[in-house]
Amino acid sequence: MSELLHKNGLTQLAAGLRTKQFSSVELVRAYLQRIEASQSVLNAFISVTAEQALGAAAAADRDIAAGRGGALAGVPIAHKDLFCTAGVRTTCGSRMLANFVSPYDATVVAKLKSAGAITLGKLNMDEFAMGSSNETSYYGPVRNPWNIDFVPGGSSGGSAAAVAARLIPGATATDTGGSIRQPAALCGITGIKPTYGRVSRYGMVAFASSLDQGGVLATSAEDAALMLREMAGFDPNDSTSVDTPVPDYVASLDAPLAGVKIGLIKEFVDEGLDRENERRIREALAVLERAGASLREVSLPHLPSSVPVYYVVAPAECSSNLARYDGVRFGHRCQEPRDLQDLYRRSRGEGFGAEVKRRIMTGTYVLSAGYYDAYYLKAQRVRQLISADFKRAFGEVDVLVGPTSPTAAFRIGAKTADPITMYLNDIYTIGANLAGLPALSIPCGFVGGLPVGLQIVGAHFAEARILNVAHRYQLETDWHRKLPERFA
Amino acid sequence: MTAEWETVIGLEIHAQLATRSKIFSGAATAYGAPPNAQASLVDLGFPGVLPVLNREAVRMAVCFGLAIGARIARQSVFARKNYFYPDLPKGYQISQYELPIVAQGALDVVLDDGSTKRVGITRAHLEEDAGKSLHEGLGALTGVDLNRAGTPLIEIVSEPDMRSAKEAVAYMKKVHTLVRYLEICDGNMQEGSFRCDANVSVRPKGAEKLGTRAEIKNINSFRFVEKAIQYEVARQIELIESGGKVVQETRLYDPDKGETRAMRTKEEANDYRYFPDPDLLPLALDEAFIEEVRKGLPELPDEKAVRFASQYGLSAYDAGVLTASRELADYYEEVARAVPREPKLAANWVMGELAAALNKENLDAGSEKMPAARLAGLLMRIADQTISGKIAKEVFEAMWAGGESADAIIESKGLKQITDAGAIERAIEEVMAKSPGQLADYRAGKDKLFGFFVGQVMKATQGKANPAQLNELLKKKLPG
Repeated sequence: MSELLHKNGLTQLAAGLRTKQFSSVELVRAYLQRIEASQSVLNAFISVTAEQALGAAAAADRDIAAGRGGALAGVPIAHKDLFCTAGVRTTCGSRMLANFVSPYDATVVAKLKSAGAITLGKLNMDEFAMGSSNETSYYGPVRNPWNIDFVPGGSSGGSAAAVAARLIPGATATDTGGSIRQPAALCGITGIKPTYGRVSRYGMVAFASSLDQGGVLATSAEDAALMLREMAGFDPNDSTSVDTPVPDYVASLDAPLAGVKIGLIKEFVDEGLDRENERRIREALAVLERAGASLREVSLPHLPSSVPVYYVVAPAECSSNLARYDGVRFGHRCQEPRDLQDLYRRSRGEGFGAEVKRRIMTGTYVLSAGYYDAYYLKAQRVRQLISADFKRAFGEVDVLVGPTSPTAAFRIGAKTADPITMYLNDIYTIGANLAGLPALSIPCGFVGGLPVGLQIVGAHFAEARILNVAHRYQLETDWHRKLPERFA
Repeated sequence: MTAEWETVIGLEIHAQLATRSKIFSGAATAYGAPPNAQASLVDLGFPGVLPVLNREAVRMAVCFGLAIGARIARQSVFARKNYFYPDLPKGYQISQYELPIVAQGALDVVLDDGSTKRVGITRAHLEEDAGKSLHEGLGALTGVDLNRAGTPLIEIVSEPDMRSAKEAVAYMKKVHTLVRYLEICDGNMQEGSFRCDANVSVRPKGAEKLGTRAEIKNINSFRFVEKAIQYEVARQIELIESGGKVVQETRLYDPDKGETRAMRTKEEANDYRYFPDPDLLPLALDEAFIEEVRKGLPELPDEKAVRFASQYGLSAYDAGVLTASRELADYYEEVARAVPREPKLAANWVMGELAAALNKENLDAGSEKMPAARLAGLLMRIADQTISGKIAKEVFEAMWAGGESADAIIESKGLKQITDAGAIERAIEEVMAKSPGQLADYRAGKDKLFGFFVGQVMKATQGKANPAQLNELLKKKLPG
């Protein structure tokens, strides 16, 4: 039986454990086997913590037997390798942190642990979450389970590939400009980035602090709702986390769609959108209409400026956030530095990869005296306009929809030479980050044998609503149940 | 040719706030712990950690703002000041830049000539202190101690309103007094709790345009501030007069050599790339909070000095001296209250004998060595004529040395003043009998010998004769 367990979603697995249809140890063993078998092909994991996981699984089994397990008791998960995990190295996909073992658990890690989840390891990612294809990782690219010559998307490519290949039923991930939703779309799974401030950033290695938000990758909206419910909540250690109660996202999944107003973002159906991809989106919208939702087109005129705004704000924050990697207290230090300048130059020069350096330099430039007003300040003003556009739109509709990414996955290496082309991959996802809104991606069909995603954006703290719409869609369709043949 | 030069000085004072924990972490701020024993993961700038603002630091900054009559920002913003240095773990210092918590205040400073000068305070902002680099005993290596990293500071930036080193010192002392009154800073300059940067320039008298300034960094004593500025002013004038030009630069004061030295020029200066810290929300303060802080403010030094002058009939100078620190003022008031009819006597003793004794042993007015009640006990014996002022000094010395009460010392040493007229008369008669020659001379008109008889009788009574009584009786007896 254990070779079929991976066909289950996280919700079913949690229920199966609770009703003792199988043990956590069995389940963890089954997943560890799949991880081991796939690692050389997909490269989804940076660290696998088999021993600790089996120990924790045995403890979870005892808890379940004693009737005191949490909502995720015994359920295996894995963390994107930028969530700090005490005693297990946290590399951030970088050579800089190749030797870094955090002395503490991120709040998200601690919360999931206390809900009973078992961590099987740390997932590959673009270096410091900078990338849209998982090709910037120091630990090598991750491959798309649907076609291993293709990228899984990024930066949470390891999380997405692992869930898509059912190496794990759910994974944590982070989304700064689309890093949960874009790989979810490219790997044919469900991913949600909550409202900025909904999930604690404490212990999540920062890329761009005003945009970073932790979230979930899973195989269905139902599973994402369950895992998010356990992760979310106010954290006194994160001043930007919001002190408002976490609703039971699972309880509201089934609400009917009758009367729900859906707005298709006009600016997202542009010349950059692959026509086949557009067709999948329109088919998905028809499904939602049949389920009772009403559809209209909504214009957000400033949204096309998202990419340039993002590539000023995010690098600016990253240039400052990554200044702490100086070879002094932790992380990579060059051999025999001659003096302080040499220590800084070589430690950082050797520790960071090309894309990270590009963004640090861009960010340093836009914050420099004489350029600050023209770039950073202007970008912040446009960011306000984009937020205002969303606010206006949510006066008219309940949720906004559109494609998650312009195309399905592309070949490994296809866009590495041209960063701008790569950046344009996030054109539809960045807006929600700039405005701090919750957004998710669900699979809505295939183009050329590769999955594409439908994006659903909600108003602030309307996670329950977008999960509800996604779940109703998944009740009507089975795209989310499809598995790549190789990993079936 | 010597032009007439005017000196222009502005100070940036860094005062460490006396909170128990750091501004953005829960680590302790106490001074003197082993290196890095008080550095939390936040202070160390570990990956993933985030700052959480200490409300007590905010309250203290607001306290200061209210005390200088400044505007308290209802919304202020923390910004990152970016630069690389080993004692700056995050690679940026969290400070305030465009929107500081306190803006546009002023302090009135009394100068040596008794005149009052108003010094404008442009702003005071909250920020975190950096750590320290250690070099001693490490050979070619540099150590980093991050105990100080994250200690809350307010940086108090003055207008360029001061015109001499003495004015600058008077202003700095005033700020020092104020922050200690408010109990927001311990004022310990040796430990670096209170230090300043001085911006110094010179210009021809009457010129409006400011001269190019040099910034002297990190001066940690009043004396050094005065010397550093004096040296710098002389250097700049000499430079200009010999045809040179002052360049904008950062300089360091070397107290051993008594000179300032260039550290880095404007061209080498860091571009700090300030931007709002996305990890911290803008700091919003409501009226209720500000009012609560206002209600908790102690009586401020200037108010207290005015009250002392009127309530205790003191001169403005004495009132100023006695209110220079809160401990001293509280001490004086306790003494004055215990000896109600003699506030002037109390002032003289507190500023005289007590201050000298404290000074000699480098103690503060709060010292256990001479509690106010004990000194008051002594003054009461002067007031009720149990002892004379002269004997009182002797008693004070014994009290200082042994810690006993005045009464116990007066009793054990038998210092009680003789006020019995009969006893004094007997002593006078004995002296007169022993000094017939002097008596004859006095009676022949040598008035000066009156003092001789006073002295002799005092000697005979071991100084215990009541001086006023003695005078009176002598005047009666000597003429015969």
